Amino acid sequence: MAVLVVADNDNAHLRDSTNKTVTAALAVSSDVDVLVMGQGAKAVADAAAKIEGVRKVLLAESADLGHAVAEAQAATVVGLMGGYDAVLVPATAGGKNFAPRVAAKLDVAIISDVLAIVSADTFTRPIYAGNALETVQSSDAKKVLTVRATAFKAAGEGGSASVESASAGADAAKTKFVSEEMVKSDRPELTAAKIVVSGGRAMGSAEEFHKVIEPLADKLGAAVGASRAAVDAGYAPNDYQVGQTGKVVAPELYIAIGISGAIQHLAGMKDSKVIVAINKDADAPIFQVADYGLVADYKNAVPELMDALTAIGK
Amino acid sequence: MKLLVPVKRVIDSNVKARVKPDQTGVDLANVKMAMNPFCEIAVEEAVRLKEKGVATEVVLVSIGPQQAQETIRTGLAMGGDRGILIVSDTDPEPLAVAKLLKAVVDEEKPDLVLMGKQAIDGDNNAVGQMLSALLDWPQATFASKVEISGGKAAVIREVDGGLQTVEVQLPAVITADLRLNEPRYASLPNIMKAKKKEIAMKTVADYGVDVAPRLKVLKVAEPAKRSAGVKLETAADLVGKLKNEAGVI
Ligand SMILES: Cc1cc2nc3c(=O)[nH]c(=O)nc-3n(C[C@H](O)[C@H](O)[C@H](O)COP(=O)(O)OP(=O)(O)OC[C@H]3O[C@@H](n4cnc5c(N)ncnc54)[C@H](O)[C@@H]3O)c2cc1C
Repeated sequence: MAVLVVADNDNAHLRDSTNKTVTAALAVSSDVDVLVMGQGAKAVADAAAKIEGVRKVLLAESADLGHAVAEAQAATVVGLMGGYDAVLVPATAGGKNFAPRVAAKLDVAIISDVLAIVSADTFTRPIYAGNALETVQSSDAKKVLTVRATAFKAAGEGGSASVESASAGADAAKTKFVSEEMVKSDRPELTAAKIVVSGGRAMGSAEEFHKVIEPLADKLGAAVGASRAAVDAGYAPNDYQVGQTGKVVAPELYIAIGISGAIQHLAGMKDSKVIVAINKDADAPIFQVADYGLVADYKNAVPELMDALTAIGK
Repeated sequence: MKLLVPVKRVIDSNVKARVKPDQTGVDLANVKMAMNPFCEIAVEEAVRLKEKGVATEVVLVSIGPQQAQETIRTGLAMGGDRGILIVSDTDPEPLAVAKLLKAVVDEEKPDLVLMGKQAIDGDNNAVGQMLSALLDWPQATFASKVEISGGKAAVIREVDGGLQTVEVQLPAVITADLRLNEPRYASLPNIMKAKKKEIAMKTVADYGVDVAPRLKVLKVAEPAKRSAGVKLETAADLVGKLKNEAGVI
């Protein structure tokens, strides 16, 4: 049986979550194809062809696919599913936008945020903000999964799959892309970064967030994250939210500054290898998961941390 | 314009779920329950649309146990007009929920379904997308702003990397994200008024749709626990540990 992986991409770049989803797919079947949906996305398809273990790459292009319109994405995937027993989609906001549509059109269950492939029909996934892990066996003929990329190692490079074109699903008749406003940043992508520095409500303003969190992140070559409270208050863009209902990260090092450690925030970062908490409240729940803690006002602790990093040549 | 708002009764978001010792599920006995926070946001948005004169009726629908009547009452106290409870003793999978909601849509013929993006128990983030697919209505998920005029909804969506604006023709399905609004607390007079509002009691069988589970739950386990580490005195100690002990910088 063959399985299809849908590539996570922005028309120009292939994201690392694709390589990780390929690893998950290879645990289901040795026949893994990658579908790239976009517009002017040939470079993405060429990059996907280099992922080790990939049999072939399908490239479907249209205006709606270029704007990630869910109706068109789902129609494209459904059109290909005659040849596949399963489709695996990285569990990003974009993946979650169309994968359930694919499942509904195929009249099968959606299996969201898969953390482990137990066998070709049995999968483990988090529920209740990651406080329980459910293992489910699917009785459907075709499986539709979204895959939590942080739970899988990235498949390596070195493949040389062929690239074929595939037909794009029809453009959506009743949904029109109007515009987008993307956060521009030279920092590493949040979900793929080795180090993440996150700020919380304690920052008190967007200026303070810029002044405190970003220089520390840049010194460490880190991505920047935030708690929901910081995003709600407008200190940081929505794209930075780490948690149950934001992004899930599992870097080597996660530094939480002025974040209390609510259940919903922990859900997004507790699988990080090393967690550091800087919080002035010694009883903050974040310390229950932190490997290293500084009970301190960040206003003193962060500048001291910057100096100590400079002292070791960072 | 008529709005349909599905609402789910779930564990209160401040409560940490505990796995049953026999690993068959999560222990919900004597646990505080509440309306799913994303559903609350959807109800708030619907009520605001009614207050602005854009909508004329807000119908709430829930699928769940008898006690989900309280969840519907909460929404009626916020300003919903009437409710429908489809009693179900099991927690149906997203596909089954979407099929039931489609049957309700076929009956009620709303112009817009406004719902939460995700329930905080199953964490699937799927029903809205599935309902939209089954209805062949356009979808706009993860909404942080909704503006309705001329038979269309302009929706700002929270996407990977930032914000996207789309325009969908009504009827449509819109799912709410956290930043759409801040739900109100119902006032005491409105809570009293809500007691008199109608809730139609239905059963899953009334809709004649196949809700058989597609997934068999083999096990529900607790995740690996993290233990608290050490508290350090100075930032220099921290850098030393990160470099020499953890080796992460
Ligand atoms: C449905 C739902 C979904 C949610 N999804 C998410 C999600 O995805 N991600 C998420 O993060 N949250 C989420 N939340 C919100 C979550 O419950 C918390 O409200 C939020 O995480 C709190 O953010 P915070 O830790 O920044 O703020 P707070 O809880 O207010 O904590 C601020 C912390 O800063 C410390 N502090 C204050 N001043 C200083 C100082 N000068 N120096 C050092 N420390 C200081 C305080 O001691 C405190 O611990 C969700 C909630 C709900 C209901």
